[in-house]
Amino acid sequence: MELQHINVKLIVSDPAAVDLERLVPIFHGWIQEQSREELLLDVADYRHVPGGPGVILIGHEANYSVDDTNHRLGVRYNRKAAVAGTNQGRLAQAARAALAACQALETDPSLDGKLRFNGQEIEISMNDRLIAPNNAATRQALEPEFSAFFRKLFAGSVHGLAFDNGDARRLFGVLARSSRIFTTGELLKNLNA
Amino acid sequence: MKVSNPKWKEQLTGKMPEGLAREIDIFETELELRKQGKLDERVLAETRLRRGIYGQRYDNGQRHDGKKVQEIVYPSGQLTKGPNTMWDAPGMQRIKIPGGGLNAEQLETLADLSEEYSDGIAHVTTRQDFQLHYVHIDDTPTLMRRLAAAHITTREACGNSVRNVTACPFAGVCQDEAFDVTPYALALSKFLLGHPDCQSFGRKFKPAFSGCSQHPCALTSMHDLGLIATMRIDNGVQKRGFEMYVGGGLGTVPYKAKLFDSFIPPEELLPLAQAIARVFARLGEKKNRNRARIKFLVNDLGIEKFRELVLEERAKLPHDPRWTEYIRDAERFHEEPLRPTGQSSNGPKSEAFERWKKTNTRPQRQPGYVVATVALPLGDITAAQLRALADIARRFTRETVRTTVEQNMVIRWVSESDLPDLHAALVAAGLGEAGAGTILDITACPGTDTCKLGISSSRGLAAELRNRLAEKALQLDAAVQNLHIKISGCFNSCGQHHVADLGFYGVSRKMAGFTVPHFQLILGGEWTRNAASYGLPVMAIPSKNIPATVARLTERYVTDRRNGERFQEFIQRIGKAELRGMLEDLTKLPSDPSDRSYFSDWGDPREFSLGDLGVGECAGEVVSAVEFGLAASERKVFEAQLALEMDHVQRAGDLAYEAMLQAAKALVKTGDQDVSDDPEEIVREFRARFYDTQQFFDPFAGGKFAQYFFAAHKRAGEPRTLESVRHLIEEAQLFIEASHSCYNRMAVTTTA
Repeated sequence: MELQHINVKLIVSDPAAVDLERLVPIFHGWIQEQSREELLLDVADYRHVPGGPGVILIGHEANYSVDDTNHRLGVRYNRKAAVAGTNQGRLAQAARAALAACQALETDPSLDGKLRFNGQEIEISMNDRLIAPNNAATRQALEPEFSAFFRKLFAGSVHGLAFDNGDARRLFGVLARSSRIFTTGELLKNLNA
Repeated sequence: MKVSNPKWKEQLTGKMPEGLAREIDIFETELELRKQGKLDERVLAETRLRRGIYGQRYDNGQRHDGKKVQEIVYPSGQLTKGPNTMWDAPGMQRIKIPGGGLNAEQLETLADLSEEYSDGIAHVTTRQDFQLHYVHIDDTPTLMRRLAAAHITTREACGNSVRNVTACPFAGVCQDEAFDVTPYALALSKFLLGHPDCQSFGRKFKPAFSGCSQHPCALTSMHDLGLIATMRIDNGVQKRGFEMYVGGGLGTVPYKAKLFDSFIPPEELLPLAQAIARVFARLGEKKNRNRARIKFLVNDLGIEKFRELVLEERAKLPHDPRWTEYIRDAERFHEEPLRPTGQSSNGPKSEAFERWKKTNTRPQRQPGYVVATVALPLGDITAAQLRALADIARRFTRETVRTTVEQNMVIRWVSESDLPDLHAALVAAGLGEAGAGTILDITACPGTDTCKLGISSSRGLAAELRNRLAEKALQLDAAVQNLHIKISGCFNSCGQHHVADLGFYGVSRKMAGFTVPHFQLILGGEWTRNAASYGLPVMAIPSKNIPATVARLTERYVTDRRNGERFQEFIQRIGKAELRGMLEDLTKLPSDPSDRSYFSDWGDPREFSLGDLGVGECAGEVVSAVEFGLAASERKVFEAQLALEMDHVQRAGDLAYEAMLQAAKALVKTGDQDVSDDPEEIVREFRARFYDTQQFFDPFAGGKFAQYFFAAHKRAGEPRTLESVRHLIEEAQLFIEASHSCYNRMAVTTTA
């Protein structure tokens, strides 16, 4: 099964402390500087929608957002364009992009250090229902892939995987939780090791 | 780049209606031909528009990032999907929902598509459609196939075609309707979709059905074809029929639809609509898009002549069995409740529930059942919410959900005894917000968020007003709670600003050397009685002062309202001069020069200014003279409104025309300081310097606004009617706005 259109979401530690309005100028600044690897195009502001996609930085190959889907605030990387290589490589590409974006937000002075990754929880979902329908077969096929990936990402800790199998209509997804807290820098280092 | 999985075609084979599947295959081939350079970009543009695929802001490959105009270099290079429209630029997909009706499977399909190909949001429009934004054109064939498998089409959702046939979302359950218009709306939609007689219009054609004449649920007065259900007794037998109206429309200058016939029997509905389409196709303007809507044809011919031509056409039409078949089939349409009727228990309910029940539910004509409105903030709903709504529709009803022209959704046939559970389910999905149909329930078009024509941020302003009004919702006077706010990002009226109590449309002004986002305030519109009357512009106010404007107007209404006086009556009574006086200070920028907040728009921190704009001393003098002249023209058009308020129709028309002359003269003076006050000379000079050179042309509207001026000049001195003067005042206001824009462009060119 070739994974494409991978979404990675890093859960934020204290959602109440994050003022989403401040994300709007930050993302516009990223467009000005074209500071990500993808071509950045526009900002969509959905703060008015409860449990919605929050503030999205629209890109050509991928979107970045500070997303509140399921009322879990997090920094999401949503890969749209296909990526060549192996599944492990594609997972790493999406995670690296999400981590780098999260790191940039953690250190952005206008957020006063209030947007922080909680250090333990990462959601991955597959935004393609044909590639990865949300069912037991997909889970069986992909569990080894995800386990291998998170063993590397959460190196030096124990991690658990919880698959989102409550509703077949939802995207196939997994929540990985590590036994210890990592910084975004540590996770990036693990990925690049 | 291609997100969509090509295997969907194979997966859905046999699940799509054959005709739709073939259509989509053809479209996919056209995309391929364009990529190979074998299809002209203009042809592709029209073909994609007819499939609901619209351009979005920045799709010309340029975007002002707040500092400079940024060139967007897409991977597909210079490949275009239309003139000045880059292939890779994200676009909008409009999805037709006839009568706004949806079942649970369709809601789930929209959820999946918004997640996989858009930004996770589906947007309900003011014409009961859905829109997905930021869609790549390569994804559209797959997206359409998945819709087709759920029996939804995007065909003729845009372009010069018959658009979504809208209908009252309460049809069939409303206490005040003559009868259920749903089946007739569906029959007309089916009949006109792809009809050969509807393929050569000069512009779009929008039909709407209402079950009554008093409510605003379908807004038939502002539609190209409006149908209102009515009953007649014939030989002692009650018969169904329709009042048929034609030639309404908002757009830049709004027209009220004219009564074509007070009673059309159902069997004549389709043939007459076909005859109207043929007359429109044959005689409607084709070259000048700005005069191509049917409202201009009806206005130019007069309703009597138009009727005569349509009836002649009707008499010539070869018989089509579908005229009666479709109606007969549609009349089998029948909705039933899922759950038994019952009263809700008398036990204590939460305050939140009671508030929601008060504003978001209404009893059906079927005792024991209610319609519940799901209030969507700015018309937006997430993929997860769409799925939750599908579950709710299955749990409480037989999947009887509809979209509304107020960008909400309604769930019909809810047993009254289920209301607390329904509310709890909606709250759990983040859909249980109270305030439907109140001042909090603001309508806004996409504006500068995604629309290429947007001038100011209508959604940004709507979100800001919602937040502020929500904070004090419980304290708001009942009279204020029932007001309607509608916002358009430009003069094109997609936010329906003309029919609101408080309407706004986006404009800009140059102040202190910067372009400042503004909104034109429209007062006097009437939402009820199918949008019975249109408001007129009062004044332009900086975007950042609009919340204060709303607060001041509503406070004054509460204070000075007389015995149940409606807002429209209140506005009429105190008069526009008084209104203008009380808002005058809000037209100014703050005196603190360090306050730069006015130079950006709501929800968009980029400076609205032209970053590198500077004003030389010489240009500065000219600038002052132009600004002075334009301000004078605005005063004059306002005087025209005052004259109209006092029923001085002729005088009002003369003033509106003089306002246009004044604005034109201001522009002409930039090149000829000695231009006289002679109207002939002003028109001649304006035409030579600004029209023939196209310097005055709006990037999208072209020379339309100048043509308003020339037409007004041609008609100067002629007797005027109330309706013609209302149009003239609108046109004068638009001409002045266009003069401001032209002057702004001149300033850029001068200093570049």
